[in-house]
Amino acid sequence: MILHELISYETLRLIWWLLIGVLLVGFAITDGFDLGTGILLPFAGKTDLERRVIINSIGPVWEGNQVWLILGGGAIFAAWPQLYAVSFSGFYLAMFVILVALILRPVAFKFRSKREDPRWRARWDAALFIGGFVPALIFGVAMGNVLQGVPFRFTDDMHILYEGTFFGLLNPFALLCGLVSLAMLVMHGASWLQVKADGAVAERARRYGSVAAVLTVLLYGAAGVALWLTVDGYRLTSVVPVDGPSNPMFKTAALASGAWFANFAAHPWTWAAPVLGLVSPLLALAFLRARRAVPALLASALSIAAIILSVGAAMFPFILPSSLDPRASLTVWDSSSSHMTLFIMVVATTVFLPIIVAYTSWVYKVLWGKVDSQAIADDSGHAY
Amino acid sequence: MDLDIVALSRLQFALTALYHFIFIPLTIGLSVILAIMETVYVMTGRTIWRDMTKFWGVLFGINFAMGVATGIVMEFQFGMNWSYYSHYVGDIFGAPLAIEGLMAFFLEATFVGIFFFGWDKLSRRAHLATTWLVAIGSNFSALWILIANGWMQNPVGAAFNPQTMRMEVTDFGAVLTNPVAQAKFVHTVSAGYTVAAIFVLGVSAWYLLKGRHVQLAKRSLTVAASFGLAASLSVAVLGDESGYLASEHQKMKLAAIEAMWETEPAPAAFTAIGFPDQAARETHYAIHIPMVMGLIGTRSLDTEIPGLAQLTERSELLIRDGIKAYDALQTIRAAGPRGVVPEEAQAMFESKGQSLGYALLLKRYVDDPRQATAAQIHQAAQDTVPSVAPLFWSFRVMVGLGMFFILLTGTFFVLSVRRTLDAHRWLLKVAVFAIPLPWVAAEAGWIVAELGRQPWVIEGVLPTAVAVSNLGVTTLLITIAGFAAIYTVLLVVEMKLMLKTIRKGPAELSLASAALPNAQGVLS
Repeated sequence: MILHELISYETLRLIWWLLIGVLLVGFAITDGFDLGTGILLPFAGKTDLERRVIINSIGPVWEGNQVWLILGGGAIFAAWPQLYAVSFSGFYLAMFVILVALILRPVAFKFRSKREDPRWRARWDAALFIGGFVPALIFGVAMGNVLQGVPFRFTDDMHILYEGTFFGLLNPFALLCGLVSLAMLVMHGASWLQVKADGAVAERARRYGSVAAVLTVLLYGAAGVALWLTVDGYRLTSVVPVDGPSNPMFKTAALASGAWFANFAAHPWTWAAPVLGLVSPLLALAFLRARRAVPALLASALSIAAIILSVGAAMFPFILPSSLDPRASLTVWDSSSSHMTLFIMVVATTVFLPIIVAYTSWVYKVLWGKVDSQAIADDSGHAY
Repeated sequence: MDLDIVALSRLQFALTALYHFIFIPLTIGLSVILAIMETVYVMTGRTIWRDMTKFWGVLFGINFAMGVATGIVMEFQFGMNWSYYSHYVGDIFGAPLAIEGLMAFFLEATFVGIFFFGWDKLSRRAHLATTWLVAIGSNFSALWILIANGWMQNPVGAAFNPQTMRMEVTDFGAVLTNPVAQAKFVHTVSAGYTVAAIFVLGVSAWYLLKGRHVQLAKRSLTVAASFGLAASLSVAVLGDESGYLASEHQKMKLAAIEAMWETEPAPAAFTAIGFPDQAARETHYAIHIPMVMGLIGTRSLDTEIPGLAQLTERSELLIRDGIKAYDALQTIRAAGPRGVVPEEAQAMFESKGQSLGYALLLKRYVDDPRQATAAQIHQAAQDTVPSVAPLFWSFRVMVGLGMFFILLTGTFFVLSVRRTLDAHRWLLKVAVFAIPLPWVAAEAGWIVAELGRQPWVIEGVLPTAVAVSNLGVTTLLITIAGFAAIYTVLLVVEMKLMLKTIRKGPAELSLASAALPNAQGVLS
């Protein structure tokens, strides 16, 4: 079978680097407002009815949104098996904490309003808050650790040895990145509530969203400065054949100060990502203040995309640098699946991703409009 | 390689997988039953069928949320606990998982929201299409997961690449059309239909016993009995197909299930019951049925099914081949990515490379398989026999229950054709008490399939013991305790909610349909 050679290995690796970016952005934008809304639940909703409005604003869509995460996990497994193996086993306890939070979420949606007891409902509200807060924070913390390099190496047989600890992940720079992620998703959740709710809920969300938008700009800017001043990047120190076998140990790499800014210097157009990352939250802020809900949601979505892409642009071609043994660092050119698997997965994605986007859009269209709080109060037509 | 880490990692995987598998069969089956009920509603316009769809839909939703919650863990657990596995076979195993997300789970999860929230927002036909898309999504989901699982049982279409130190795909078509995957798909999906059918059957029988929601319960019983009869027959027929395939690809599993210690003259007898004793290599108090095993396993009268002793000898030969392959591999790797590989090593690897996995069995005892003693090789060969007693018993529990399900659904099918569903109260009681049994059978089936694969995680390619992540024992204990605690709490809460919903019944819904005269009419 030589069909897969229609597209070169190099191109396929680039496509898959971009596609993982698309999936992460897709997850952060769609499930991001679910997480943000969960975080805002106890603050933007004061009465039980208000909280049900908030929950029902994401009720019909969170399941589909969460599949972006599942799909992201599957796609990383299929296209970047070593990234999948190293990151999830290395960040083992952090992943466990995220999983526990994410397990609580589906159940909380389903179970919360099935009993009248206020204590029962308060407990599931707390679960929804945790289910939003913990993943939002930890995904950012993980990103912060990836930027600093992760302490792993390979044995002769390519077994992975990870020599870090859970608390080692919670270093100042990583926590700063966690706060960026938290602020950006709260801004996004608040913008979503602008679109889907009205009255007191929307007003409170608008206030929290405005604060979060300002914090996003400040924290993201601070993280950029901290990255420049305190974090050394990595660079390749040997030639890596772009169509060579996927074995990270065939190259050499080293720590180098300022290396994470080398791509921006070499290709000035890539500055677009960090600049948009700083400007779009301000746009979201302006729209929130002007009570223009849909533009605010779009601006906050753009902020998320720009912030995530700026990390990718800074690190390329590195995906997961190793602080323990820089040679072991995973890059675009030496940690992918085989040529044939990448090709098969590109075909599958080309066929199905547009279909997914089409029916997801249709579902959002059907559900368009504000959540009807009267209908919730009457217990008609709403599941949660 | 620390054995404790292996045992704990396996324990955690079994715990989370068996737990996930409580919810999945019901999701797969109930989604189809909902689609059938709503189809009747749209075709006949009788609102009681819409009420049925909504009522069983509530139970479906509670169960679905648990399936989603526990499924997230499965998607990441390979990387977390089985990092060498993920590296070694991710090139093949990852693809069906990703395609499952793209093609099936996205469909299912996106439309399930509309299923619940769309009753007033969509036309009847559009809502029906939504329900069918949820059913199709959950069934396709099973297909891709079982293509991945089938490859673990019968790893076709892939070869080892010495440069990357992993298996890579050579023929994706073979992975898709893997006969083991196909048989497993039909068998598992049919099992899911049976779980859901007996669930609906039992709950409806309870309503009839209580004299509540009689119209809804009778119609539900009719759907469940006919659907369940077809499904349970399909499980049995395609279970046979699985047995046939096991004898082609997993002779060891078949021999262990049957506790066949030695090769018997064809056609072999089937051991209906007995007490396997692995240390003594015999089955005490065995009751044999002549010829049956040979017929099921080989579909012929003269093909022998090898026994465990012969298969162990074969393993020992393969381990010795594997050591040669391992040696050649070290030479090839020493030459580097662009170096010249000695022809001898290349030729040796080409001829013995498929036995490489057998050399890795020795890693439990020695770091370099080439240094293994004869005793270690002998022990590693013994290790290729899975635990006989649990397989023997799980298999018999599964098959016995499968027979009972055919009888149960068949009986209710006859009753519903004769319109005497509520004539025999004791039968209704049997149906109520049968509710948990399909789960017992499904979990037993998982144990047969996955325990029977041991000591391999990928049959003949990668031993379970080398596939684990290098985690600490304390770390693993924390997560095992954490998952066990949260899963137990959620299961208790879930069961309570299910029971509460069932007890409450479709109260307001049936009132609405009782107002319509035709809802009291005959079965449509």
